[in-house]
Amino acid sequence: MLIFEHSRPGRRATAQAPLQREETPAIPDAMRRKRPPRLPEVSEMQAVRHYTRLSQQNFSIDTHFYPLGSCTMKYNPRGSNALAMLPGFLARHPLAPESHSQGVMACLYDLQEILKEVTGMQAVSLTPAAGAQGEFAGVAMIRAYHDSRGDTARSEILVPDAAHGTNPASAVMCGYKVREIPTDADGDVDLDALEEALGPQTAGIMLTNPSTLGVFERRIAEIAQRVHAAGGLLYYDGANLNAILGKVRPGDMGFDVIHMNLHKTFSTPHGGGGPGAGPVGVSERLEPFLPVPLVAYDGDEYHWVTEKARPQSIGRLSAFGGNVGVLLRAYVYARMLGREGMSRVADYSTLNANYLLKRLTDAGFEAAYPNRRATHEFIITLRREAKELGVNTMDFAKRLLDYGMHAPTTYFPLLVPECLLIEPTETEDPETLDAFVEAMVRIREEAERTPDKVKTAPHSLPVRRLDDVRAARELDLAWQPSAAEG
Amino acid sequence: MSNLPADLKYTKSHEWVRDEGDGTVTVGITDHAQEMLGDLVFVELPEVGDSVDAGGECGVVESVKAASDIFCPVSGEVVEVNGELADAPETVNQDAFGEGWLFKVKLSDPAEMAGLLDNAGYEAVLAEEEH
Amino acid sequence: MPFIPHTDEDVRAMLEAIGAESIETLFDEVPGALRCGGLEAVPPGMSEMEVGRLMQARAREDGQPLCFIGAGAYDHHIPAAVWQLAARGEFYTAYTPYQAEASQGTLQLLYEYQSMMTALTAMDVSNASLYDGASALAEAVLMAVRANRKSKSRRVLVPRTVHPAYRRAVQAIVGYQGIELLDLPYDPAGGHTDPAALDDHADEDIAALVIPQPNFFGVLEEVDVLTDWAAAHGALSIAVVNPVALALLEPPGEWGANGADICCGEGQPLGAPLTSGGPYFGFLCCRQSFVRQMPGRIVGRTVDLDGKPGFTLTLQAREQHIRRSKATSNICTNQGLMVTAATIHMALLGAEGLARVAAASHANTARLVERLTGIEGVEPSFDRPAFHERVLRLPAPVKDVLRSLAAHNVLGGFDLHDDYPELGDALLVCATEMRTGADIDIYYEKLERIIRMRSESRCPVEPKI
Repeated sequence: MLIFEHSRPGRRATAQAPLQREETPAIPDAMRRKRPPRLPEVSEMQAVRHYTRLSQQNFSIDTHFYPLGSCTMKYNPRGSNALAMLPGFLARHPLAPESHSQGVMACLYDLQEILKEVTGMQAVSLTPAAGAQGEFAGVAMIRAYHDSRGDTARSEILVPDAAHGTNPASAVMCGYKVREIPTDADGDVDLDALEEALGPQTAGIMLTNPSTLGVFERRIAEIAQRVHAAGGLLYYDGANLNAILGKVRPGDMGFDVIHMNLHKTFSTPHGGGGPGAGPVGVSERLEPFLPVPLVAYDGDEYHWVTEKARPQSIGRLSAFGGNVGVLLRAYVYARMLGREGMSRVADYSTLNANYLLKRLTDAGFEAAYPNRRATHEFIITLRREAKELGVNTMDFAKRLLDYGMHAPTTYFPLLVPECLLIEPTETEDPETLDAFVEAMVRIREEAERTPDKVKTAPHSLPVRRLDDVRAARELDLAWQPSAAEG
Repeated sequence: MSNLPADLKYTKSHEWVRDEGDGTVTVGITDHAQEMLGDLVFVELPEVGDSVDAGGECGVVESVKAASDIFCPVSGEVVEVNGELADAPETVNQDAFGEGWLFKVKLSDPAEMAGLLDNAGYEAVLAEEEH
Repeated sequence: MPFIPHTDEDVRAMLEAIGAESIETLFDEVPGALRCGGLEAVPPGMSEMEVGRLMQARAREDGQPLCFIGAGAYDHHIPAAVWQLAARGEFYTAYTPYQAEASQGTLQLLYEYQSMMTALTAMDVSNASLYDGASALAEAVLMAVRANRKSKSRRVLVPRTVHPAYRRAVQAIVGYQGIELLDLPYDPAGGHTDPAALDDHADEDIAALVIPQPNFFGVLEEVDVLTDWAAAHGALSIAVVNPVALALLEPPGEWGANGADICCGEGQPLGAPLTSGGPYFGFLCCRQSFVRQMPGRIVGRTVDLDGKPGFTLTLQAREQHIRRSKATSNICTNQGLMVTAATIHMALLGAEGLARVAAASHANTARLVERLTGIEGVEPSFDRPAFHERVLRLPAPVKDVLRSLAAHNVLGGFDLHDDYPELGDALLVCATEMRTGADIDIYYEKLERIIRMRSESRCPVEPKI
């Protein structure tokens, strides 16, 4: 039932708004709204019940195992939330003067320093609002760098075929053409194809390492050397930073620019699809181009660094300074982990992934890259099950929901047929991983004996499988009052 | 193997072309293409009067999980589009070589027709994709 | 170990199952030369209590001054239920609803959000959010250029009355795609975009016209005339609106003869705390015919195998994970949790509650202006009707006055000097429903004293910090 269907004319949550409606004679009639908007008219309790019930129809980290590959769905500490929601932080206006902002600026400055250290970059800007905006900022800096040198013939960004879709989309937003580089049989970038693609038109390459195939790109130093030799720059997509935190740093691998997803690696909540935060880090030569604002410290006070001090900056990506509330959560998390906690993230996420991969292959599932170590995530392919049992990856994914587990990422990367990209994260205990293996084994047994049960799953959720085709053909994107209601 | 109409010409990118004998051709996507895409939910077509180049993008066919560009097999001017598809994109799924046609082009260079594949040639393309 | 559950025995058993000697072995594919040291610049770990002490001290340090700044972020009351519900783990720790059957809560809520936004704006469709108001305007500009098939140009008219930070962000985001942003001047007496300013562009091919309501000065624009001009000249109209103001003002879908084509704005006034500028959310609505040009997530209602209604992400073929380099935008993660809060916020307030908030903010700002213009030399800069912000001309440099006010814990407004030097000593002020009569009195007293002292001493104000 929609909130609109609870609505009755004249019903209100009266405690929530000013007690009277003030007169507004200064607003000319011609500029006024003729009819009030059709918002719901409900009591406070109705609203609370309705949205509490809706929440109960969600899977979430707090309620379910959520091994969504490439999304790093780890536990989101409640302490991070509580401390970011302190009244002084919530109430600060984004344009408050520096005299009334030293506390929050200290947190942001510290976070910049921590992110510099864990990524091995020279400078960090916290302002991008999400990973994709960080990507845009990163590629824009590559472009601004080449442009500043008069090197304007560079028109192409290289992207491995396994890359996230955001990579090519971000490159295009910066006015670049995209050229895909194939992957070899072991999941590494095909070096011959790379060599062939590199040239005076190459602006840079966007890489995720570990890649979206769940393996570490072993020849990264050589790739960096070749791309640099061709005059291009290297962009690091930080989606998989969790795998290498405290172990190896993008700056040391030769990357010139990087974005981080704090809602992944630094455990800020995903919120049903954001807000995230996608800070960017750069090597020295890209520092002048960082998006503003940044926070500087003169040993006594913190100051904003804006376009005035950074005339070569790619500029501003939002009205104010980005998702500060998310940055504060990441900062609290980083302080609780501390330096010794960073590498533990990589250690235990890698341990969990390798353990889960081993248990699944022991149970007869096929690893997509059997000769490789898992990083913090790995891929299994259900092509055999799809062919022999007629039950595909989507069916397994939907049936997992009945077992009380969120499905891993399905059908991505596109290179591997019938794939599941599985990322357990470091915060899961081994009992949960064992339960996942058991569920997969039981679903395969069901697929052998009662395939329809799997093909029509889920059976225990608020709705059964939804008609996506109808959703797209007969668009119903907003509630309309029925004709009878007027 | 599917029964490919012998009176049509084909492209490697899975469009078909029918010579109407009056200087115009009808263009669609092949049955194989619609099958690969799955249930179509939207078809974006060029507008009547648009000039199109052989090999250029001139529309998009969209399913729930994929979207594929339509590449114009020939050069010329678009003289008619299949307006029925706006409300019934599934027609392409049901009858790709017939009622599911996309648009008609008045040829500017009839010689281009000779460069297209015949049904045997297209069948070879499909056979290669199988592997 | 914070947030890691493994016991020593767990680790031993897991390594044995893997057949690895140590956790370190699992990193054997990472070249040794690349391995990093101990991250010396990261401080050692702290307990929750210790970090709590640090954060509380820092939050206190920023105090809670009396704030009369608006300029794109507004201090409205947020019902207690809003964040108690939005912070429920099931909303807070879910991700983008890729598995629709396991995400009906978020999906239905997003559908309700889209319904509320289309009701508020009188537009046909809404997406499920973008990052913030400024980046939403950038996406709206990109969308308009894509969607306008009549125009061959990539020129977009942007009034100078649009928020300066929005104009900068739009330039930064769309600049690489060959889009040209042309300034439109404002009327110096009214503070609005004089429709006559459009005459200069009457013969040009223009892809879109941006129309703010209210504008950055708080002033109400002649939206009907501007919208009709765009329609008559083959340009798409892009409304940039304050959603709270729409409880009182004509919605973009009804502007002019046929309504605006695209509508976007900052969602912060709908339940997001100020929080130093974010997270907020951008909203974007449009005509039905442009829906396939929209960026971002869109939720649709459909049915399941049993014919029961349910909700799912739809029109995904526009998005980067399918269309890659040809996607309508690179956006992926948006601002879901802020939309959760906004939806609950709108449900609790309803149309009447939102109208009361809007009216109270309008009336409070009018009271503030009346009071402050009682000080000698303080005058309103513009004579046109405004919503809940006004520009005041001061008899002293604004920067100095603001510093003195801040020393008394009053944040007096936004200094327009850097963005609009032609306005002289101009200050943008705002008093939402949160400011009381007593607050306004305090502002008046401090300002009156600062200006009086200044004119008496005739020397620069010495800040007392």
